Amino acid sequence: MDSSDNEQVRLLGKWASPFSNRVDLALKLKGVPYKYSEEDLANKSVDLLNYNPVHKKVPVLVHNGNSIAESLVILQYIDEAWNNHPFLPQEPYQRALARFWCKTLDDKILPAIWNACWSNEKGREKAVEEALEALKILQDELKDKKFFGGETIGLVDIAANFIGYWVSILQEIAGLELLTIEKFPKLYKWSQEYINHPVIKEGLPPRDELFAFFKASAKK
Amino acid sequence: MAEEDVKLLGVLGSPFVCRVQIALKLKGVEYQFVPQDLQNKSEELLKYNPIHKKVPVLVHNEKPINESLIIVEYIDEAWKGKSILPADPYQRALARFWAKFIDDKVFIAAWKSVFTVDKNEREKNVEEVHEAFQILEDELKGKFFGGEEFGFVDIAAVNIAFWVPLIQEVAGLQLLTNEKFPKLYKWSQEFMNQPTIKECLPPRDPIFGFFKSRYENLLASAN
Repeated sequence: MDSSDNEQVRLLGKWASPFSNRVDLALKLKGVPYKYSEEDLANKSVDLLNYNPVHKKVPVLVHNGNSIAESLVILQYIDEAWNNHPFLPQEPYQRALARFWCKTLDDKILPAIWNACWSNEKGREKAVEEALEALKILQDELKDKKFFGGETIGLVDIAANFIGYWVSILQEIAGLELLTIEKFPKLYKWSQEYINHPVIKEGLPPRDELFAFFKASAKK
Repeated sequence: MAEEDVKLLGVLGSPFVCRVQIALKLKGVEYQFVPQDLQNKSEELLKYNPIHKKVPVLVHNEKPINESLIIVEYIDEAWKGKSILPADPYQRALARFWAKFIDDKVFIAAWKSVFTVDKNEREKNVEEVHEAFQILEDELKGKFFGGEEFGFVDIAAVNIAFWVPLIQEVAGLQLLTNEKFPKLYKWSQEFMNQPTIKECLPPRDPIFGFFKSRYENLLASAN
C-alpha cells in the first residue's frame, strides 16, 4: 500500500468562512497533513461539483478518494478516522451533549449573532436582544471550564470558532457590543484562551484580512 | 446493570418522536412515554429542554438528551444490541450527511407545500420536495438506505414513509408517488412493513384527521 497516495487528504474551502475554517482547525489539531484548495463559489470548480454534487458548497473533505460534506459531519469524521487528540469524550451522555451544543450553535446561536451584525436599524434592537440571549446560553454551558471540551479543545470549541474569532470582527464592523468582557466575562475569557491556543492561532485566518473582507461586504 | 430509568417526552404523531421510539424498540429498551401538550408546556419539558422547549426529549437516569438524531445516536452508543449506525467512519459520515439532508431539505418544504396559503409559495415548496426526493431516489441503491437492513438514514426518513403520504392526500398533492419516485416509493412500503417499524408508527386515521382539520382551518382562515 502506497501510504502517500492512499492517505491523501484534501480540503476544498473558503478562507473567510468559519465553516471551512472548522475543518482546517480539526485537521491541524490532529496533525494531519492536507492539501487545501480555495474555491470560488461564483465559478464552481469541476472538483467541487464532483465532490459535493448535492449542495455544491464548501467545506468538502476528500480522504482516500471519499468525499464528505457539511462541516459538523466532517468534524466527526475526522475525529473517528484519526484517533489521536479525541474531540469527543468517551462517555455516551457527554458525547450527546457535545453534539447537541454543536447543533445549537449552528441552528440558534450563530444565526442570532450573524443577524444582529447585519441587521438594519428597523430590526436591530430585537436582533441584538436575541444575540445576547444566545451568548448567555452559551456562557451558561461553559460554566468554569477552560474550554467547552474541558482542559483541552473539543468538538464544541472547534465548532464555536465563529464565536471565538469572527464575532469580535463582525461586531466591530457593525458598531455593536455583543461579546465583551463586561457582558460575558467567562465566554470572553474562553475566546482569549481559544485564539491564543498554539494550534488554533496558526489555523485562524489573519485578522486584518478577515476584517477587510467583511468590511467590504458591509459596504455593499 | 443498574436500574435503568428511561422516559421519553413526546407527542403522538410526531415523526421526530417516532425516530426515537424506533431506536428504543430496536435496542429493546423499556421506557415510559410521557405525552406532552405543546400548547401548554409542562414544567418537566421546560426543565429538560429549556433552550428549545421541544419534543422529543429522552431522559435516561434523570439526564436529558434533546434533538431526535442526537438522541438516536445516543441510544446507539448507550445500549448494546443491533447497531443503528455503521462501524466504518466514512459510512457513518454518509449516514449523518443524509440524515441531515432529510432534516434540512424535506421536512420544512413538505410541510409548507401543504400548509401554506399562498399558491406560489406552495408550488415552490412542492418543487423543492420533488428535487429532494429525486436526489434520495438516486442515492437509494439497495433495499434500504442502510443496505440490506435499515439503519440511521431509514429511521431519519420515517416522515417520508408515513407522514408525507398523509399530508399529500390531505392537500390532493403528488409528492411521493410510485410513478415519480419508484425506488423511494418501494422503500417506503418495505420500511413501513418491517415489524419493528410497524409497531412504532402512530395510528393512521387520527393523524390524518388531525392534518385534515388543520388544512381545512387554514383554507377557511384564508378566505
